[in-house]
Amino acid sequence: MVEKFDCIVVGAGMSGNAAAYILAKRGLSVLQLERGEYSGSKNVQGAIMYADMLEAIIPDFREDAPLERHLIEQRFWMMNEASHTGMHYRSDAFNEPRPNRYTILRSQFDKWFSRKVREAGALVLTETTALELIFDAYGACVGVRTDREGGVVHADVVVLAEGVNGLLGSRAGLRAPPKADHVALAVKEMHFLPAETIEARFNVHGDEGVVIEAVGTISRGMTGMGFVYTNKECLSVGIGCLVSDFARSGETPHGLLEAFKAHPSIKPLIEGSEVKEYAAHLIPEGGYKAVPQLCGDGWVVVGDAAQLNNAIHREGSNLAMTSGRFAAEAIFQVKSRRETMTKDNLARYPKALEDSFVMKDLRKYRDMPALLHTNSRNFFLTYPELVAKAMENFLRVDGTPKREKEAKTFASFRKARGWTGLFGDTFKLARAWR
Amino acid sequence: MSDTPPPAAPAPSRAAMKKELPERFKAYRNVWVMVELERGQVHPVSWELMGEGRKLADKLGVALAAVVVGAPGAGTREATAESFAYGADFAYLVENPILAEYRNEPYTKTLTDLVDAHKPEILLLGATNLGRDLAGSVATTLLTGLTADCTELAVDAEKSLAATRPTFGGSLLCTIYTLNTRPQMATVRPRVMPTPARQEGRTGRVVEHAVDLREETIVTKVLSFLPDRASHKSNLAFADVVVAGGLGLQGAENLQLVRALADALGGEWGCSRPCVQKGWAPAERQIGQTGKTIRPKLYIAAGISGAIQHRVGVEGADLIVAVNTDRNAPILDFAHFAVATDAIRFLPALTEAFRARISAHTSDRLAG
Amino acid sequence: MHFVVCIKQVPDSAQIRVHPVTNTIMRQGVPTIINPYDLFALETALRLRDEQGGEVTALTMGPPSAEDALRKALTFGADRAVLLTDRFFAGSDTLATSYALAQAIRKIGDTWGAPDIVFAGKQTIDGDTAQVGPGIARRLGLNQLTYIAKIAGLDAAARTIDLERRAEGGVQVLRSALPCLVTMLEGSAEIRRGAFADALRAARAEIVTWSAAAAGVEDLQKCGLRGSPTVVKRVFAPTPRADKAKAIEPKPRAKETAEDLIAALFEAKPALAADLERLAAGL
Repeated sequence: MVEKFDCIVVGAGMSGNAAAYILAKRGLSVLQLERGEYSGSKNVQGAIMYADMLEAIIPDFREDAPLERHLIEQRFWMMNEASHTGMHYRSDAFNEPRPNRYTILRSQFDKWFSRKVREAGALVLTETTALELIFDAYGACVGVRTDREGGVVHADVVVLAEGVNGLLGSRAGLRAPPKADHVALAVKEMHFLPAETIEARFNVHGDEGVVIEAVGTISRGMTGMGFVYTNKECLSVGIGCLVSDFARSGETPHGLLEAFKAHPSIKPLIEGSEVKEYAAHLIPEGGYKAVPQLCGDGWVVVGDAAQLNNAIHREGSNLAMTSGRFAAEAIFQVKSRRETMTKDNLARYPKALEDSFVMKDLRKYRDMPALLHTNSRNFFLTYPELVAKAMENFLRVDGTPKREKEAKTFASFRKARGWTGLFGDTFKLARAWR
Repeated sequence: MSDTPPPAAPAPSRAAMKKELPERFKAYRNVWVMVELERGQVHPVSWELMGEGRKLADKLGVALAAVVVGAPGAGTREATAESFAYGADFAYLVENPILAEYRNEPYTKTLTDLVDAHKPEILLLGATNLGRDLAGSVATTLLTGLTADCTELAVDAEKSLAATRPTFGGSLLCTIYTLNTRPQMATVRPRVMPTPARQEGRTGRVVEHAVDLREETIVTKVLSFLPDRASHKSNLAFADVVVAGGLGLQGAENLQLVRALADALGGEWGCSRPCVQKGWAPAERQIGQTGKTIRPKLYIAAGISGAIQHRVGVEGADLIVAVNTDRNAPILDFAHFAVATDAIRFLPALTEAFRARISAHTSDRLAG
Repeated sequence: MHFVVCIKQVPDSAQIRVHPVTNTIMRQGVPTIINPYDLFALETALRLRDEQGGEVTALTMGPPSAEDALRKALTFGADRAVLLTDRFFAGSDTLATSYALAQAIRKIGDTWGAPDIVFAGKQTIDGDTAQVGPGIARRLGLNQLTYIAKIAGLDAAARTIDLERRAEGGVQVLRSALPCLVTMLEGSAEIRRGAFADALRAARAEIVTWSAAAAGVEDLQKCGLRGSPTVVKRVFAPTPRADKAKAIEPKPRAKETAEDLIAALFEAKPALAADLERLAAGL
């Protein structure tokens, strides 16, 4: 006898947990399938957690969620081999009763979130992989086949929260597998240091935290970014680039990370640390243009599987959990009105996304991925070098008259890109940003 | 919270740490070592323990006794003679046909009987399959403390046994006491302690003891014994040269480089625990606290990080060489020499270099 | 038949780290697993149940979070799971642990039928003492058979079991009457992958949870720290040797590095050269 649930959620990451939690809270029978040993075992993220979006799901999460540091300072660095030029923002306003952003450790956070999901009444099966979707004669999704013996289970609707590389949806032809230039491969290490050392090096107290995000020659001309996040007793250090770029250039993520760690601006920050944990993960980078069809008869897709990641702002987990929430609410609407889970009825979900910051932000930056990619050498090699030289020129006092220095800087920019190049880049960047 | 650490080992109260030996235990004296006798052979660990026992007895100013248990004529008399040669002052001897093959019930009854009759303050057994099987039942019957797999035994100022062993999966060491019951029991793995010098002609007193054993009350019957085929045996524990590989070799196939070097040196090969867990090598090749303890003249560790549970298995080696690209690996804390290079490239070169050096020496000597 | 399997949830010790400054164990975020040796025992019990009919009860003593281990046991196919948890058990050494577990097994027997075999793993990867199994056997008056490589046969009518036990230099083939306690060696039986129905059942199950009182553990003096004759006085990292390892710097050609190393070894221990010649000559 095949079991039937109101809803099957495939995946126990941010989007899957958000969806399963809300569905269970709303009283639906939920079965969640996670292929990893525990929720979070397959998740790798820097990681930054955006409180606003989590509050919409679990308002009092601060009571018992495992949180590392709340962020009070952000540093944007543009790096070349020996230097970085940065812009910092630090504000005591972020030391508020309900801070806005936190660093978290995904393995612990996801375990907590999963516990909430179980407490809400969902059944969570771990070490269970969904192998394929099951469709009825009309082409509607009616369930899932798993890799356990006797592992067929039915539901009114399946929530695909299977991650950027999830095969369920693509195997069933519901979306195309992600293209190599729509996915980045990022690697990360956890560097353990005593809390006092981290506080001294980053000039913070108590649970305050800092984020460093860096671009430049560290990605060797590829589209990519490096980062350092402060956790309570460790630093997350990582770097990632587009998969297609890695394939073309022959560089390895590990090689980039080693060079990043050795950079004179980064090395002192991780001095004396003990490295534990090395992780790699794929991140969706396709943006608005890569977002697939979000719902169909008997199914919805959420989170990274739906390419809902704002790479420009490195906002992925909040989009993921928000999409999980909207999908869950839409499903609940359909269920409570005793409608069937058709594409049209489930369209409440994509509509909610469109009306929210999720699609608005993705649409705003829809041209950025392509722009950065086709111009990656300029943005990630040429400009960082020019900026670095310009800054050095500006700051080195060597008796050269200032006018001459400025002229030299302008000349270097013009020589590298030409007037058309400079104007063109500025124009394109401004347009893509808007 | 799902990550609350289990409440193991909270700081004991001061009261629990104080020695308050009940009156009935104050008469318990002497150090005993269980001599493991099976099929006419004494397991070498018994002699290693005899050496340790001798040191403890001397420090306490008491006698050292061997405990020999077996069927009459199956090597028991020889075992008691050997015990004296290795340092025992006297030997308790229990001979009974029912004790011919090891079985838990009659051996437990015999040992607990002996302890109740002759009251030792310390009882040591080898941490072999037999020793561990027996020690657990004896300790539970006597309701006394047992510390397993000790790497160090000592006596403190208050004449209590301080037993040190790895803990937390081998990441740290801890020192454990049995303050308020007797005997204080401990097991020690083979080759952790050195074999003491044998003193030919040294004698002692044999104390015979009879235990009431009835075959019909013993539930376990031995149907047969299947000896191992010779090919199964590795001689790691007694090898003079050992070469071992760890996860740094990156693949099971690279263990053959380890074997090649071991062969060239006339030694044995082994590996670290993670390799066994990954299925790269059988368990009998595992070197470390829960595998084999080795005491070679030369130990070469290739691609092994050197966690404590490995360290305690190899610390007795005269010369330890670590081949590891990680200059911060823990093995460098206790190795004598370190080569920070990739083992996969280095091992074949080392094998060749040793071959050349050894044959050059040999032909030198033959020529000279 | 009724088989009781004692399991333990342990930190995945391969991932335990020592804090670089305070030298204490950092258990934060270390995933917990079922003690791998217990899985061999569990699989053996499940196979016997499949063959003979009956039930398998999984039992563990631990903090509330040990429930995860029991759910996994249910997923593998155990019929029921019992968690023995109480703050009175904190700080138990192996003697105190066997006291509590033995009592819980008695209670399991009273509730669901006396067990025919109590199974346990050879040892735990965090304690490594292998003492609790024998301790339970003694207290319950069960015949004890440890280091079992294989169950050769179970005769339910005659109530005997034939087993192969790993001994020094060979294997003892033993026959024991039931009931008895058996600890299984690694490699004896690979744990199966639970069926979907078992996984669902495990997710839904109410784990039977007993405090000391509920399990009938009456004498609290025998539990926890008070019931533990052994006491840990000191936990420490071994002191690094005063002189660190002498570095042999790698040369561009591995051959030269090798020769440097050999020269250094023979200089440190001149007798080594002669020893190696002897060994090479097979003497």
